Amino acid sequence: MLAQVTHILPITLLRRERLLSSPGRVVVRKGQKVSATDVIAEIRLNPQHMLLDIARSLNLPVREADPNIQCQAGDQVSQGDVLAGPVGFTKRVVRAPKNGRVIVAGEGQILLELEGPPVELKAGMPGIVADLVGDRGAIIETSGALIQGVWGNNRIDFGLMHVLARSPDDELKPDRMDVSLRGSVVLGGYCRDPQSLKLGGELPIRGMILGSMDAALLPFALKVPYPVIILDAVGRRPMNPAAYKLLSTNDKREVSLNAEGWDRFAGKRPEVVIPLPASGNTSLPRDVVEFLPGQSVLVTRAPYAGRTGTLSNILLGLTVLPSGIKTQAAEIRLDNGDNVVVPLVNLEVLV
Amino acid sequence: MATSTVDAESLLSIDVGSITTRAALFDLVDGRYRYLGSGSVLTTAYAPFHDIGEGIRSALDRLQLVTGRVLVGGDERLIIPSKDDGSGVDTLVATISAGPPLNMILLGLLEEVSLESARRLASTTYARVVDSISLNDRRKPEDRIDAILRLRPDIILATGGTEKGASQSVLKLLDSIGLASYLMPEDERPAVLFAGNQALQDDVQKSLGKLLRLQFAPNVRPTLEVEQTEATQVHLSDLYRSVRSRKLSGVEELDIWAGGGLMPTATAFGRVIRFLSKVYDPIKGVLGVDVGASATTIAGAFNGELALSVFPQFGLGKSLAELVEYCSPEAIARWLHIEMSASSIREYLHQKSFYPASVPATAEELHLEQALARQVMQMALRKATSFFPAKVMRYGPLLSPWFEPIVASGSVLTRAPNNAQSLLMLLDGVQPTGVTTIVLDQNHIAPALGAAAAINSTLAVQVLETSTLHNLGTVISPVGNARFGTPVLRLRITYEDGREVPVEVKQGSIEVLPLPAGQSAKLNLTPLQRYDVGMGGAGRSGGLRVVGGALGVVIDARGRPLKMPEDPARRRELIRKWRSTLGC
Repeated sequence: MLAQVTHILPITLLRRERLLSSPGRVVVRKGQKVSATDVIAEIRLNPQHMLLDIARSLNLPVREADPNIQCQAGDQVSQGDVLAGPVGFTKRVVRAPKNGRVIVAGEGQILLELEGPPVELKAGMPGIVADLVGDRGAIIETSGALIQGVWGNNRIDFGLMHVLARSPDDELKPDRMDVSLRGSVVLGGYCRDPQSLKLGGELPIRGMILGSMDAALLPFALKVPYPVIILDAVGRRPMNPAAYKLLSTNDKREVSLNAEGWDRFAGKRPEVVIPLPASGNTSLPRDVVEFLPGQSVLVTRAPYAGRTGTLSNILLGLTVLPSGIKTQAAEIRLDNGDNVVVPLVNLEVLV
Repeated sequence: MATSTVDAESLLSIDVGSITTRAALFDLVDGRYRYLGSGSVLTTAYAPFHDIGEGIRSALDRLQLVTGRVLVGGDERLIIPSKDDGSGVDTLVATISAGPPLNMILLGLLEEVSLESARRLASTTYARVVDSISLNDRRKPEDRIDAILRLRPDIILATGGTEKGASQSVLKLLDSIGLASYLMPEDERPAVLFAGNQALQDDVQKSLGKLLRLQFAPNVRPTLEVEQTEATQVHLSDLYRSVRSRKLSGVEELDIWAGGGLMPTATAFGRVIRFLSKVYDPIKGVLGVDVGASATTIAGAFNGELALSVFPQFGLGKSLAELVEYCSPEAIARWLHIEMSASSIREYLHQKSFYPASVPATAEELHLEQALARQVMQMALRKATSFFPAKVMRYGPLLSPWFEPIVASGSVLTRAPNNAQSLLMLLDGVQPTGVTTIVLDQNHIAPALGAAAAINSTLAVQVLETSTLHNLGTVISPVGNARFGTPVLRLRITYEDGREVPVEVKQGSIEVLPLPAGQSAKLNLTPLQRYDVGMGGAGRSGGLRVVGGALGVVIDARGRPLKMPEDPARRRELIRKWRSTLGC
């Protein structure tokens, strides 16, 4: 059976396709070195438009208005430029109300696309531009430690990591958020106080990695100006031991946070990358894995949620769970030595 | 690999769900069609595969193992039609619900007329309405254009204008769509389905035809009083298929395998419910309830007239994180017989949305999962009921119409640890009235039969006649007003061996009369307190013959609508009692 996979890797090659949702302008070149926050492509994604009723403004029928239009599709216009006219004794004209580009001119109307700031697509992790993808973006390649999470607030940044979590379930309280953290990425265990998030914005910090967070804080976390990544759960749960060990042993290293939301359909997931030099045999992580004995696994649901262990045996046929549900299951030797039975669909293989 | 529809015998069905891909085989056994078995695997529509083909191939491998029939040749192609050596199949049908719901924008003239019909149509497939444009829309044209550009709809359903009615106002509203589409990259433009004033077809073709994919359907509101949506539903299914084919690898190939007949799972499910409504008591309707990961589907059919509603927001998968936008955690907790905090419920919703394929391993999580099923069924039914024909028979405006039978699908219902849990979820979620039979589509074959009905109706009929649908039991739900504990029904059951058992049922209780599958019995019902038990009016007595099921005959006298005590401790105690009576 195919397994769900979570990457918690001390060293791996990483290749990530970063694409605009529509064609835009790619601003990097192949081979270029980028940081997580460097812009690789930009697009005027949802520009505002303005529809000008020329016929009405000039007080003319539509067919008489068109010959008086002074611009055509594609023209860049500045605020105050004459777009149509003059007509009549009063030399009536229509001027561009704002800077923009003419999209359509005719049938008594002008559609203007107003100038606005472009949407920037960031690299998401430090690395090299391995390839360009037409007018959509680029493939970024790097090496380092990779830790995937379950929730992110759609922001990207990087900075030196400060490990505040003394243990996987250590609560990140507001009194721990002091000025020494300014400009850094904070690693906490669990967070339930919105004040901790607020202080993060005021200092400001460059990112926050948590094992878990109270559900009530999610709307607040979506608004903070720095990336927030939850690695394990909404609610209170200790950070999984594999992620905690890897992160806590990289204190004061630079980490990059791509806190994009988990989208299985698009293949996106919130990720923490700790850039490290590759060794000779560093390879890309495997995304397609079948369940096999000996694999390191993470349990995703109660009663062992967040625990890691080793898959010791895939049970034949269907197993009746304590809930009474029958499903395919496996015996797992948890890290504390306990042997437990867990449904295969409640496991993620750590590779 | 075209599908033969001539002399078709064996049939392979493939359903690509958001979690599971199933392949099922049907064939003639002793001259009658039977369900032979199925193979299920996790769907591969998502990363890292992004191709449903991988999952289909694995499901076929499983099916080959289960049935012993070779379906895939050495060249890795499906063997179709079947060969003399018994390998392969003659016909293939396919259904799909995988992938995010389509974004749809609705356009109509009047809120309560054409736009209302458009809303009804949008709810018949896996779609989310992201915006509506009508005469009441106070936005400037450019703001509408910006909204369309921002929302990137997959489909725009344009209605408006009765026949010989409004035309210019419809065309003016369509202007925004034309301009917005012109501004989009060609491959991202929406498909437009025009189902408005038919006299405008030429004008609409002229203004939009060159810009985007345009389809025409008959006017959904030919007059203010008449609504006709059936033909447009077919067009919407076609558009769903074409959008899915464009955005998801492997769908186009599956459609070719199915001879161009790939359909949304909900549409196929609705078809089989409509088919059943022609077979059963024409006074009552047939209800189909499918609680899936991608959506909850409600299909109500009344003597051949289908009202289909798909609710992606009420799926038990990824969308669960947003369920609190539609109901409070407290509303979910009222179905629980154990204590659970609102924050625990919120956390569960998020965790399940992170891992939609996961299953509850503990009793506590199972209870919560089943509470969610009750809640989404109830919310979906409440909305779907407004789309049922006005003439349907029911005891009151807030009560469920008369149904016979109720067909339930979805793994939360069909894979519950025991039949009693499945039944109690349905009794709570649907709250049927009068006398009805409740059956489970344990093998999730109803959509396959719905898809097959168009090319091999005999197969659909004969498979449904076999015991493929699991009969949970006959449910009698008296309707009336009485205080808790008041006797409301006297009942006598006479078994085939002549044995008689009298029962008195009190308001607020559930009673179970065992009647194993394969047996029948006669029931004599005498309602008290002017209760109505479906015998022709309030207080009327009567008799009926019932067939056995897993739980026999169940009398649900808890009241309609079901009102539970406000006091949490008392409510939990009562639920525990009901569970115990049913044997949950």
